[in-house]
Amino acid sequence: MKYLIKTSLLILLITAGITCAWAQDTNVIAAATEAAATAEEAPKYADLDAFAASPGYSIFTAHNLWMMLCAALVFIMNLGFGCVESGLTRSKNAVNIMFKNAIVPCLGIVTYAFVGFNLMYPGFAEGSGSWFGFAGFGVSVADDVAALTDSYNAGYTYWTDFLFQAMFAATAATIVSGAVAERIKLSSFIVFTILFVTISYPITGSWKWGLGWLNDAGFYDFAGSTLVHSVGGWGALAGVIILGPRLGKYVGGRVRPILGHSMPLATIGVFLLWLGWFGFNGGSVLSANPALVSLTLVTTCLAAAAGAIGAMITSWVVLKKPDLSMVLNGILAGLVGITAGADQMAMTSSLIIGLVSGIVVVFSVLFFDKVKLDDPVGALSVHLVCGIWGTLAVGIFGAKAGGAQLISQLKGIIAVGLFTFIFAFVAFFVIKMVMGLRVSAEEEMEGLDIGEHGNHAYPDFQPMAEK
Amino acid sequence: MKKIEAIIKPFKLEEVKDALADVGIEGMTVTEVKGFGRQKGHTEIYRGSEYTVDFLPKIKVEIVVADSAAASVTAAIVKAAKTGKIGDGKVFVSAVEDAVRIRTDEKGEAAV
Repeated sequence: MKYLIKTSLLILLITAGITCAWAQDTNVIAAATEAAATAEEAPKYADLDAFAASPGYSIFTAHNLWMMLCAALVFIMNLGFGCVESGLTRSKNAVNIMFKNAIVPCLGIVTYAFVGFNLMYPGFAEGSGSWFGFAGFGVSVADDVAALTDSYNAGYTYWTDFLFQAMFAATAATIVSGAVAERIKLSSFIVFTILFVTISYPITGSWKWGLGWLNDAGFYDFAGSTLVHSVGGWGALAGVIILGPRLGKYVGGRVRPILGHSMPLATIGVFLLWLGWFGFNGGSVLSANPALVSLTLVTTCLAAAAGAIGAMITSWVVLKKPDLSMVLNGILAGLVGITAGADQMAMTSSLIIGLVSGIVVVFSVLFFDKVKLDDPVGALSVHLVCGIWGTLAVGIFGAKAGGAQLISQLKGIIAVGLFTFIFAFVAFFVIKMVMGLRVSAEEEMEGLDIGEHGNHAYPDFQPMAEK
Repeated sequence: MKKIEAIIKPFKLEEVKDALADVGIEGMTVTEVKGFGRQKGHTEIYRGSEYTVDFLPKIKVEIVVADSAAASVTAAIVKAAKTGKIGDGKVFVSAVEDAVRIRTDEKGEAAV
């Protein structure tokens, strides 16, 4: 079985290499078609030098610079996720958690370059009600002026566009890793991640951000409460259901706590994620527009703060003690909640959205334990539940509030939810049948660091033979 | 020779170490342990689930001394480690058959 997987991966890589060479042609065609479409107007600039000399160059540089910075901020969220997940799980699995969080963004970026980007942005004509399209394998530039000047977009070049979106894809992929932590087989998880981020995430993303049918239906998701966070959440839910709880979690009719090994590490992770959100929401303006970006950063931070306060009060009242891990989840919940409408909200709405997220996340964590869905880090509560709440909030608060918008939001939630959950469920199920999904009970007891990776995160003192 | 094992409250370690230095003890081995006697545990809560913690953090101090020193060393430890509150710990004294200083190969009481 191991050899089958290794061989399949090798074949996949070779195939990818061949198609990439062929992809250059495909993208020339795509670029030429694009150029042809806009050729009714003559190209704005003769070449890049002409653009550099043009009056629009400075402002384009400013916009593009902001977008590239935002790509870097979203990138660091991977470290944030790694720290949160590791801090809230046991030290015997720390290498495994960090490995997953290291490899997932790498797989995400690479597959997004080969497939995802062109699957998510296939070039639908706005209003065409499209469901699926593919602009070819690989990313490349055939026409410098068309791709690298404000002819491509007022806010960023083709490359910036790709990288910013690739970082988003990586973020969506890594949400699943926390929920399935401490018992999922690494190889199975990698297979799922590749399928999820290559196929599922871009298709649902194309429905709205790729100007597909959901965009035509009036659905609004500024930075991805649905398209990123609840997509990750649905994938996580499917995984948690099929995987089952960690050994010893729901025993003797009780919920037995499995303590995280480092609260400071979890805290570091959450603040890295908050920092990343400056880019996640700030960059979703898709330019450095001062009015929109400054508003977005404020709504984002207000919601995060309110989320923390909401979780603090709720845990203090309901659980008798203010719970750090709940407050950390509360910050993230507020951030996820505001993400759908960060550019639409005023101060009060942002605070309410955040506060409700913080309250809901606490009850949600308790709920999932009650129904025996074991989620070590609260990913379902933060990303799925608050992702749905944040999406609905666009119809309840802010500039777009209204019954019609609420219906559109529901359409998006249901459509993306159904597609993603079914895709993930089938994927996990098939993986389970073909190669197994869960580590053995012995390995789970000993720790995945030994079983999957053959080493420890914290070796302490480890007598080793000198020779 | 006698081995003296003392289970004490963690914050008492410095005091016990100083008290031992005062009676001429120059070496000891210390481990972090968990345990309980009559001191009850307490309830903790993690992400909404309550659990009882019976085992409390303690420090174990181990020293090997000449027979003549055992009584005074034990007394010094008890005095330094006492708070009067439940959970202060215990001292155990047992017989040691032999001891060797690894660097010099000295044996018996010369090694301690």
